[in-house]
Amino acid sequence: MLIGESRFGMRLPGDIGDSDIRGAIARAHELGAKAYVSADKLFRNDELAGLPDYLRLIADAGADAVVFGDPAVLMCVREAGVELRLHWNAEMTGTNAATAGFWGRRGAVRAVLAKELNEEEITSFVRESSLEAQVQVHGMTNIYYSRRNLLQSYMDHIGREAHIVDLGPDRGRFLAEAERPEEKLPIYEDANGTHVMSSDDICLLEALPELLAAGVRSMYIESLLKTEAYNLAVIRGYRAAMDAWAADPEGYVFREEWLEAIREHQDPLRELSFGFLYKEQVY
Amino acid sequence: MTNAVLDTAARGRTGKRYRLDKPELLAPAGNLEKLRIAVHYGADAVYIGGQKYGLRSNADNFSIDEMREGVEFAARYGAKVFVATNIYAHQEDLEGVADYLRQLESVGIAAIIAADPYIVETALREAPGLEVHLSTQQSTMNWQAVKFWKEEGLPRVVLARETSMEEIREIKKHVDIEIEAFIHGAMCSSVSGRCVLSNHFTDRDSNRGGCCQSCRWKYDLHEGGLAVANADEHQFTMGSKDLCMIRHIPDLIEAGVDSFKIEGRMKSIHYVASVVNAYRQAIDAYMADPESYALKQEWIDEIGKAANRPLNTGFFYSKPGAGEHIYEPEEKPAPYDFAAIVQEYDEASGIAVVQQRSPFKPGMEVEFIGPGGRAFTQRIDEMTDEEGNPLTVARHPMQRIRLRTDQPVRTWDLMRKRLL
Repeated sequence: MLIGESRFGMRLPGDIGDSDIRGAIARAHELGAKAYVSADKLFRNDELAGLPDYLRLIADAGADAVVFGDPAVLMCVREAGVELRLHWNAEMTGTNAATAGFWGRRGAVRAVLAKELNEEEITSFVRESSLEAQVQVHGMTNIYYSRRNLLQSYMDHIGREAHIVDLGPDRGRFLAEAERPEEKLPIYEDANGTHVMSSDDICLLEALPELLAAGVRSMYIESLLKTEAYNLAVIRGYRAAMDAWAADPEGYVFREEWLEAIREHQDPLRELSFGFLYKEQVY
Repeated sequence: MTNAVLDTAARGRTGKRYRLDKPELLAPAGNLEKLRIAVHYGADAVYIGGQKYGLRSNADNFSIDEMREGVEFAARYGAKVFVATNIYAHQEDLEGVADYLRQLESVGIAAIIAADPYIVETALREAPGLEVHLSTQQSTMNWQAVKFWKEEGLPRVVLARETSMEEIREIKKHVDIEIEAFIHGAMCSSVSGRCVLSNHFTDRDSNRGGCCQSCRWKYDLHEGGLAVANADEHQFTMGSKDLCMIRHIPDLIEAGVDSFKIEGRMKSIHYVASVVNAYRQAIDAYMADPESYALKQEWIDEIGKAANRPLNTGFFYSKPGAGEHIYEPEEKPAPYDFAAIVQEYDEASGIAVVQQRSPFKPGMEVEFIGPGGRAFTQRIDEMTDEEGNPLTVARHPMQRIRLRTDQPVRTWDLMRKRLL
């Protein structure tokens, strides 16, 4: 599981503060799970001060890795003199194995692949990289991140009393563009800025054998802006599929019921899609 | 008494002594002609795009031969040429990077501007004659990250556009490295690189130059299933006003910004000339005499004549709010349009030969501008083609036209007309 708080991490479904993180990591370990702590935001000078202590705290609490995007985290890990496994997550800019290798030579053991890569690119990335690969297999993705308070600014512009309203996640706000009214992009604000999310939910359940065969080590489920029941159904579906594949890769058969259970909980306004897995992009 | 006064003046508003290192003025050049103009109007360095690995796949972009020509031209003015190799590479882009960088090195490019660490380390290893500047696409805004890149061997970091003036001072205090900051032009409202709106809407990869500026589209914001705005209210947008720091040159220099960067490889010759002209004069005026430096209205006006978007100061002094975004429906064109470029001038006769870039005719009031803020208004009287045949209108692009000017002009002065 991926945990943390918005002081250091981005777009977490909830904050687990200093006093609780030790317990959360211990609980994950009791249950046989690994606990990775997110410190993947882009830091400003005044946000650096708490970082070395936080890294010491999570290292001492037994975190199985810290996830970073900003090289400031590497500097602070060195300065704090802590032993922590490093997962490199540069969001949409984690696009090739050679760059993963660059971070690998500076201590990273895992690369989180950009969600905008297709299957051929993922396969090639995993083949060429010595780092373990993490791919998001389910849920929404962040498609735009700003340090501006865009919701607040807009509310101010049209004269709404937004300062008394919660502009955060779980408020169901979305953007729609005139030519694409069916694409509803969730948007929210938090201490790190404004986040716009994809209108569809990635669902790579049917593509799992391809990803597993390619050597993808970690299948990430994004739980942000979803109900507990939904996340439960998703985790169960992928768990069942991955266990079935592990038990007998040759005789693996996709079972529609895994997907059905997810569909039952799926927001009808949000399409389940293969994301960029089978897309060709131009530029 | 005199000493005390001088001392106060010399300390300036920050209470520290003025830093007198002259910053570099770095201008965009979308093609060879824009490069010549940018350098001629006073850029200390220009940045261009090659045919690969740059983020403006729609720009003209330079071939290797054009780069060589650009480097030779710039060298005559003591100016440098940088190449933006600022994509985030995908697997298919990796092969060929080293060869390309060696080519840039061989034609005398001074530096590359790179975001992808693979391109950074390949340049350091394979083309040591190139400086590597970290692109703003890496979104660097804290001193620890800057220190990391310095230790990797980079002499310069282009900061994220989200960095404030105070944060720049702090970074300069902690790390001895050149800092480049955007001071003028269009801005991503997202953290640079952290936007894939184009990828989602149009399958165009924004981090490889395919950005279709979806942030400037208008969107309906829905809340509880209903649109927030009434029909007569503006829609939501992420589109930002453009950055303009002409009023804050002393602050930027005193904060220790080493390179002042103007955005706009896709902008016109007129835009590049006007903006470079204004900043060149402001920087030179401050460096010549910091104590009596005063902002000139004509610099602000000059920028205003080429700008097509409302301007602001980005994140330098505070986080942008409602007033820093463009909710209004239409962007207005720039108030002046480029009409011709001066190619020759004969002092004895007062006749200039200009090359047409947009139509003009006798009777029209135009303005000539040149480096250093030279400018005058001119009513066009008679004009002829090169053979001396009178013309009632100059309608052919690139046609050479002879006309009389009241004041001397020089090669590469621009002639512009007001759009009413």
